[in-house]
Amino acid sequence: MIKAQNVVKIFSGQSGVVRAVDGVSTEVAKGEVVVIIGPSGSGKSTFLRCINGLEAFTEGHIIIDGVDLADKKTNINKVRAEVGMVFQQFNLFPHKTVLENLTLAQCRVRKRSKKVAEEKARMLLRKVGIHEKADEFPSRLSGGQQQRVAIARALAMDPKIMLFDEPTSALDPEMVGEVLDVMKQLAKEGMTMMVVTHEMGFAREVADRVIFMDEGKVVEVGTPEHFFTNPREERAKLFLKQVL
Amino acid sequence: MNATDKTWPWKLLLAVILIGVAAGTWGAVQRIDYQWRWNRVPQYFAYLAEEARKVPFDGKVTAIVPQGKDVLVTLVAGKSEKIVLTVSADSLKVKEGEELFAGDTVGFEKSWRLGPLMLGLWTTLWLSAVSSLFGLFLGLITGLARVSKNFTIRWLALLYVECIRGTPLLVQIFIAYFFLGTVFNLSRNVCGVGALALFAGAYVAEIVRAGIQSISKGQTEAARSLGMTAFQTMRDVVMPQAFKRILPPLSGQFISLIKDSSLVSVIAITDLSKSGREIITSTFATFEVWLLVAAMYLLVTSLLSQLVFYMERRLAVSD
Ligand SMILES: Nc1ncnc2c1ncn2[C@@H]1O[C@H](COP(=O)(O)OP(=O)(O)OP(=O)(O)O)[C@@H](O)[C@H]1O
Ligand SMILES: [Mg+2]
Repeated sequence: MIKAQNVVKIFSGQSGVVRAVDGVSTEVAKGEVVVIIGPSGSGKSTFLRCINGLEAFTEGHIIIDGVDLADKKTNINKVRAEVGMVFQQFNLFPHKTVLENLTLAQCRVRKRSKKVAEEKARMLLRKVGIHEKADEFPSRLSGGQQQRVAIARALAMDPKIMLFDEPTSALDPEMVGEVLDVMKQLAKEGMTMMVVTHEMGFAREVADRVIFMDEGKVVEVGTPEHFFTNPREERAKLFLKQVL
Repeated sequence: MNATDKTWPWKLLLAVILIGVAAGTWGAVQRIDYQWRWNRVPQYFAYLAEEARKVPFDGKVTAIVPQGKDVLVTLVAGKSEKIVLTVSADSLKVKEGEELFAGDTVGFEKSWRLGPLMLGLWTTLWLSAVSSLFGLFLGLITGLARVSKNFTIRWLALLYVECIRGTPLLVQIFIAYFFLGTVFNLSRNVCGVGALALFAGAYVAEIVRAGIQSISKGQTEAARSLGMTAFQTMRDVVMPQAFKRILPPLSGQFISLIKDSSLVSVIAITDLSKSGREIITSTFATFEVWLLVAAMYLLVTSLLSQLVFYMERRLAVSD
């Protein structure tokens, strides 16, 4: 489903050149849940953003469902419609109601009629447990509710893959659970997911595979059991000691 | 304790200061030898115009029919030529059956006309409105160009904005009229509107750019990650949010354009301030006219401010 080959992303700014992603290769099969962990600044977000083209990578290939993002002829908007993304800061559209947040891209990108889009939206809002807030503006919702709306918004496009970049890091602790529950449900339904998170419990319970990144490189890959009980690499051990 | 209890001393102080300023001004004016002629002013808002109605040919008055305050005077010459003139009843100078020669005055027609101050105000209003409209359009495009990914477009926009903001409007108007107007053979109104629109456009562009950049990058990323195009993202996500933020500075810009439009009087467009100057040359009522002109500008701008204030409150619903 996703195939990354030797992906390199270099940022060059005033403060010099940063190899934020430095030769990452990985494959994610259909229905697989991959959790990416690693210390701050290790390039997790950047790698995830490369996968839906929010960040243009410098070298390598990312092939999604047979389409190579490095190919200049690829229509990135088509790819993005198939790859849902959930952000740390929710990024809901504040000038639109919850329902409109879910219908906008459906109508614009999927060209669905308003009626069909709204039906889909209400179905998804029910699924994430906030259908009664459909006509509220996002600012009236709690953080956990906003993040669930954001997940529903991404799901409304019927994506084949869902990317999560620290979806619970901006939440108050008591709201983390409700968002993770939605994600677990999604994983159970067979969604292909890549999740950057510091929620080790979630990684252990849901992940098929854990990727540990440091300084832009994949340092260790393994099943959660292997990774959490018996990591090979020193850096992974050190990291786990800090977060667990 | 409620708020009025606390503020009344300050209100009193404000009143005292204002009265003090007024009295001081009054006292100062008393010391110089200035003759106030407020009674000459109303005619410059509106006046009763008298226009002489003259006979176009040699002929005879065949009928005089009263109609309200006017009378209809029918004149006939020979068989074919006939004319009906309307004059005010109290100015009628002919009798029925009287023989008249071409050029004789039958009477005067009286009608209310707008005086130069009102005509000038009208010129100022349409001039500002039309330039605002073009300026808004130009500013929107330039503002979008300022945040474009394309180097050339971005720099063209930047150059335009910097050139306009770095030179005085007065000089721009001169260039528009004496240089561009001459080269491209443009009328003074086109030059005036063009200069004002270009001027406003540069400032609007900066307001639009700041508005767009004030919307967090996350908004664009969220929309793009859903597969929306750059255009759709701008139209459906960024601009509606930016608009709410740019409305106050934007309206401020248009309100100042009304004031700045007074500078076009230098290329002999008879706007409100030029009308004022013209009236002074014939009445010498310098103080009265300038005070009135200022009051008229103030009236228009404060009405507009009120309107914007009202609109802002209506728009503040979703937050
Ligand atoms: N737009 C950018 N311009 C320049 N450098 C950047 C940019 N985005 C990220 N970086 C740099 O790239 C490196 C990787 O950043 P990234 O955000 O991917 O890390 P991360 O693993 O997601 O960290 P965190 O856990 O803090 O979110 C960092 O050194 C960061 O400073
Ligand atoms: Mg990150």
